[in-house]
Amino acid sequence: MKLTKTLLASTALTVAAGGAIAEGHMAGDMTLVSWGGAYQQSQINAYATPYSENTGVTITWDESSAEAVAKLRAMNEAGNITWDVVDVVAADALRLCDEGLAMEIDPDEQLAPAPDGTSAEDDFGDLLVGDCFIPQIVYSTTFGYRTDMVPEGVEAPNDICDVFDLETYPGMRSLEKRPINNVEWALLCDGVAKEDVYDVLATEEGQEQALAKLDTIKDSVIWWSAGADTPQLLADGEVFIGSTYNGRLFSAIVEQNQPIGMMWDAQVFDLDGWIIPTGLSPEREARALDFVYFATDTQRLADQAKYISYGPARLSSAPLVGQHETLGIDMAPHMPTDPENAKNTFLYNYEFWADYRDDIDAKFQAWLAQ
Amino acid sequence: MTDTTNSGPMLAADGRPLKQSLARALRRQKIRALMLIAPLLIFIMLTFIIPIGNMLFRSVENDIVGNTLPGTVEALEDWDAQSAETLDDVVFQNLFIDLFKAAEAKEHTKLGTRLNYEQTGISSLFRTTGRNLDDIGEPYQDWLEDTDERFKDGAFWYEMMSGSGGEAILEERRDLWAALVGEGMAGDIGFTLSGEVAELLPWTAKAYSDWAIYTAIADEDVVAEEDPWEAVYGALGIDLRNADTVAAIAGYSGPGADALRAAVANIGAMPTTTFRDAFAAEDEDWLKTENWQTIKIYSPNYTMGYFLNSIDMEKGLDGAQARPENQQIYVKLFLRTLKMSVIITLSCILLGYPVAWILANLPARSANVLMILVLLPFWTSLLVRTSAWKVLLQQQGVINDLLVWLGFVDDANRLILMNNSTGTIIAMTHILLPFMILPLYSVMKTIPPSYLRAAKSLGATNWTAFWRVYFPQSVPGIGAGSILVFILAIGYYITPEIVGGTDGVFISNRIAYHISSSLNWGLAAALGTILLSVVLILYWLYDKIVGIDNVKLGG
Repeated sequence: MKLTKTLLASTALTVAAGGAIAEGHMAGDMTLVSWGGAYQQSQINAYATPYSENTGVTITWDESSAEAVAKLRAMNEAGNITWDVVDVVAADALRLCDEGLAMEIDPDEQLAPAPDGTSAEDDFGDLLVGDCFIPQIVYSTTFGYRTDMVPEGVEAPNDICDVFDLETYPGMRSLEKRPINNVEWALLCDGVAKEDVYDVLATEEGQEQALAKLDTIKDSVIWWSAGADTPQLLADGEVFIGSTYNGRLFSAIVEQNQPIGMMWDAQVFDLDGWIIPTGLSPEREARALDFVYFATDTQRLADQAKYISYGPARLSSAPLVGQHETLGIDMAPHMPTDPENAKNTFLYNYEFWADYRDDIDAKFQAWLAQ
Repeated sequence: MTDTTNSGPMLAADGRPLKQSLARALRRQKIRALMLIAPLLIFIMLTFIIPIGNMLFRSVENDIVGNTLPGTVEALEDWDAQSAETLDDVVFQNLFIDLFKAAEAKEHTKLGTRLNYEQTGISSLFRTTGRNLDDIGEPYQDWLEDTDERFKDGAFWYEMMSGSGGEAILEERRDLWAALVGEGMAGDIGFTLSGEVAELLPWTAKAYSDWAIYTAIADEDVVAEEDPWEAVYGALGIDLRNADTVAAIAGYSGPGADALRAAVANIGAMPTTTFRDAFAAEDEDWLKTENWQTIKIYSPNYTMGYFLNSIDMEKGLDGAQARPENQQIYVKLFLRTLKMSVIITLSCILLGYPVAWILANLPARSANVLMILVLLPFWTSLLVRTSAWKVLLQQQGVINDLLVWLGFVDDANRLILMNNSTGTIIAMTHILLPFMILPLYSVMKTIPPSYLRAAKSLGATNWTAFWRVYFPQSVPGIGAGSILVFILAIGYYITPEIVGGTDGVFISNRIAYHISSSLNWGLAAALGTILLSVVLILYWLYDKIVGIDNVKLGG
């Protein structure tokens, strides 16, 4: 089924193509998939509205990014792909690529070069994870804490190991209900050097060591599964400190004036970006590629940072990051990539987690259920 | 009278035997009835039975290994996985041919993901090796092209491989392609394999056929004009390692015979690295026995592996064995799901019975108002109701605030009412309560109040009248409500996910995780099948013990 479609598609493409694909051969509407909330709004403002104004394309949004991999797989089996461009985290993009559900992208051919002529491949650099992923933003998973709950006479937490220090910083913590990030932090605070973390984690003993460290705070942890949980728990005073995406904390602190402070130590960088599903009709595929070319150029990525504190994935966009659109504050100091914030960072290890995800998750869940 | 007895079977008015005529009429009636329900039947088949059957089937389906690595699986048959003897190079030669083809069609990473569920590390092994398979074939390509310029030319290869008599092999390779990519590879490819070459160079014939089919059908190129994959050069290298082939080439006189003889003459310059070493150079893990044991264990088309996994066991070399203790979770979750569903059902009976009794005994007008109160939660989204419980139950929440204000609880020791099993039980009891109250109410409505009065007038105390007269009559309502609540509870997952924390989650939460996050649909299907069977068994037990006829959903 899939192959027949690709065949039909490529035949049609050969017939239609005489040179560049003309405007007339692209679909007139498209469905974009994203995460909802402030993040999707920033994409609407920075990409979708200008694109619709330029081209007259109608854009529909679907807030399904969290289940994108499973849904795309189901759509593919049913032979009916209803999405055109999908926003996913890099790890999911890698899996979609592995499953043959996302189209391979040639950055130099299909993405815009930087204004100074640097090729897209160099401009995105290391962030081009896998063959299908079109990077958009760098976000980080980091900690926020209640400034009014810091015990008297103690300085505010500024070290990842403060999370594990129940004596100095009593109170509940909130951590994500999955091993990724938590086990790395646990090892870091159990005396493992940063560069050795994944070597240690690859061993049975290392995994036990990480869980044993987490065990020391297990009774004081609320486990979250949605990014909105930690800001909510912090706002309600349910927890003292908790991990979540930095943009969520930014909006709780700056936009909602909650008494929350950021702790950037050992923040874990991750990437979010677009993929184009395989099996689209040539018109829709051409439209999707055209949108992605526009939406990931230097200016557009810099524009998105006006609305949300996630760093643009292009090197050439960084100098263009300005002020918040409505609040008028400088965005640079709130970016996870700002040198002040990025003194001690981690980059999500995609290869490692692609291999160890199932194994460590099984152990982590068994540990949680004990 | 004598007429009818003599003329054999009784006849209907139209002269046919009555029995036949009756059967006909009945059949017509049955068909008509069937036609009436046909839309519903087809609808249910299409939208319910078939998808569920399909999903259940995934719990045993495992043809991906055999479809992706057909030659390798065959070559592994002679390998004794238990003794972990060194693998023969022929396994790696097959792996090269199979994996090259799979990588071209981008199917190898799917297999990597599948096998990674069983053996950590296979995912990246397949992904990284799949990228660099060219490196293994290239030395052979360089050697052949240095030996004879013509090996560079696609048209020369086409001439050498073309002929007749190799149709069977070509069709076999075509079927293997179809199995690999999951769809037909039918169509004219503009190439027919020479039987003579196929006999002389079996590996090359297979690899060239694979390439030709893919080039013609998937890439839509002309076979005669394209240069073959590196895999074809590698395959010729494999053929030329065979002394019999080398000897046979001397007597061969078909197209390309002189080029082949030149290759034989230059065999001293052929790469000597074994395929085993070539794979090991790409990734050391190809030498790990565990990886090969996994491939061998999971090579059959059907597997019990997912089911074993669902009961905390795994498929080992000697059959089923228990998983390491630090990975055991599913049995515990199944038992917890059952236990908590029972507790929730009991709480629903305790809370629902008095409410239903009041509803059934109040005058119609006030009963209706109460009924609306019972139904109101039904009209609110499940997520909203659960989130409302979050606001109530959390440590800084309404209930704790109230208790602290009243002085029942110390501010420093607020009760932990959610993110544990207590939270799940409270929230789910509330959410499922209407399913208990409604059947109870409809049964109680039919119990005439005069029975109770009669019992009392005959001298029974209030309690005896209730327990001996009223309660037995309401039992069918309890039965119906319990079945509804229990079966709904056992499959719940949104509420436990939100308020359950770690010890309040159900098996459904793991099923959801495997469906949407880990993409291990086979395991999710196996867990789902077990859950379904548990419900059916309990239903059967219930029927045996209580009797399903004693269940009433209404008057």
